[in-house]
Amino acid sequence: MAKRQYSFLPGCSSRPGASASHYLTSVETVCGELDIELQTIPDWNCCGASLGHVGGGELPRIALSARNLALSEQAHPGQDLVTACPGCWLATREASERLRQDEDLMRDTQEALAAGGLRVRAEQRVRRLVDVLVEDVGYEEIGRHVRRPLQGLKVAGYVGCQSSRPVGVAGDSTENPTHLDRLVEALGGEPVPSYEKKVQCCGGALALSEPARSEGLLRGILEAARDHEVDLVVTPCPLCQLHLEVYQQRLARSGGTRPAMPVVCATSLMAVAFGRSAREAGLDGQLIPAPALEALPPGLA
Amino acid sequence: MGEAGKVMIEAVEDRGEDYSGDFLAEVEARVEEGEWVTMCTQCGVCSGSCPLGPDWEHPPHRIFQLIRANRRDEVLGSPSVWMCTSCHACVVRCPRGVPVAHVMHGLAHYAVRRGLAPADPPTRRLAERFWENVVRTGRVNEPRLALSLLFANGLAEGVRRTLRSRDAGLGLLKAGRMSRLAAVAGDGVKDPAELRAILEKARAIELAKAAALED
Ligand code: SF4
Ligand code: SF4
Ligand code: SF4
Repeated sequence: MAKRQYSFLPGCSSRPGASASHYLTSVETVCGELDIELQTIPDWNCCGASLGHVGGGELPRIALSARNLALSEQAHPGQDLVTACPGCWLATREASERLRQDEDLMRDTQEALAAGGLRVRAEQRVRRLVDVLVEDVGYEEIGRHVRRPLQGLKVAGYVGCQSSRPVGVAGDSTENPTHLDRLVEALGGEPVPSYEKKVQCCGGALALSEPARSEGLLRGILEAARDHEVDLVVTPCPLCQLHLEVYQQRLARSGGTRPAMPVVCATSLMAVAFGRSAREAGLDGQLIPAPALEALPPGLA
Repeated sequence: MGEAGKVMIEAVEDRGEDYSGDFLAEVEARVEEGEWVTMCTQCGVCSGSCPLGPDWEHPPHRIFQLIRANRRDEVLGSPSVWMCTSCHACVVRCPRGVPVAHVMHGLAHYAVRRGLAPADPPTRRLAERFWENVVRTGRVNEPRLALSLLFANGLAEGVRRTLRSRDAGLGLLKAGRMSRLAAVAGDGVKDPAELRAILEKARAIELAKAAALED
């Protein structure tokens, strides 16, 4: 049995063939290495993300997350529910908190769930994968797995919204979080604690629906990283990663001349530092390659 | 719309006469988290935190002010609440603990339900397609969502836009991050009808409550 077990919500984007499939690859590599067993919630459904309120309103939206909570506690009693995607965390955690605090909502939700033969207690903790890595595993243990330190690499830690608000990772600051910097350090890289855009919004779902309006946000995140002369940007959120890559592709097509800034997922960075292959790190899914990572001297074995 | 249509929002006839023209009371009773509106002291911190601030016709603190000033059509018909990125900066910073983002979301949903939301915000279109997608299979099918958005304005416009976004799409395809098959098939929950039953029940409970308030 693995050292640590969690009930796992992969989320829509992390399925094979979806936009964050490379992220899931890196998550599996890192968890395997750290002896973490992610037990997928059987028959999980979408969390509703940050758009569910429009079509779903209050109760259908909450019921959507309640179904995941119910399936999780049924299949994996006593385990924390852990999400790959910080967006799934936000929606699921909020539903669970509201169910515990609001009796009427709980009663209505049970009535809705009963239509599918389910009941929910919403007592398990709902956490992001990064919460688990930082809080349960910790920098020291992570550091012990490093076989290919990120020597000489300067990395800007872009935390984004859903890994800093409404609650920071492992209780970290919502305005100036440091957990990502400490992670980079544990991997042997050089963090940029003064990076100004750590928690700047990337536009979220509006990066898709309002691309022109979101451009300024995405540009700011990348420009600030460039000002610090970093080799790459790292983020715990697969959707931020996607938006930052797609935006740069669009720029390049419209005649932009600046070299693109590589943006990688935190778990990809960890997998590389653990000495795993580019494929296992999910780097073959990069739209913008990260040559600095591939040029690192081979691991200590 | 078939089966899935039943769990979509149906705009109810808006008489605009409930609460004898007291919009604040209406928001408090009917909008998710609407009871927070009177906690706002107009400090402006939320509006200063909005990432798309300059794009809001009425930034959040103004929305709260307009609600209290009884400007119903201006609030529900405004594209402003569709500019919320759900970044939660307002939620952690508001000195009064107002869940600003949730009130904005609540207003967006309520405006759609009342048939007063502007038709054009692209975020409204995205959100509606998104929900249809979720209801159909239980999981979001990204390629199908992208296609339905691209073609929302008809075939010709869709083809033009597809060509324009082709490179990003091809990049994702090449990188194994956008499955060609998923646009056709895609996996979902085992029994979408069971999930729909839950969502339909939830919708029915919510509508029954709204109807009770109507009398
Ligand atoms: S946040 Fe995204 S990935 Fe997570 S379940 Fe929802 S839509 Fe799917
Ligand atoms: S931050 Fe809070 S109190 Fe200040 S204007 Fe916004 S909602 Fe009102
Ligand atoms: S969550 Fe919405 S309302 Fe709040 S600061 Fe972000 S964009 Fe503005």
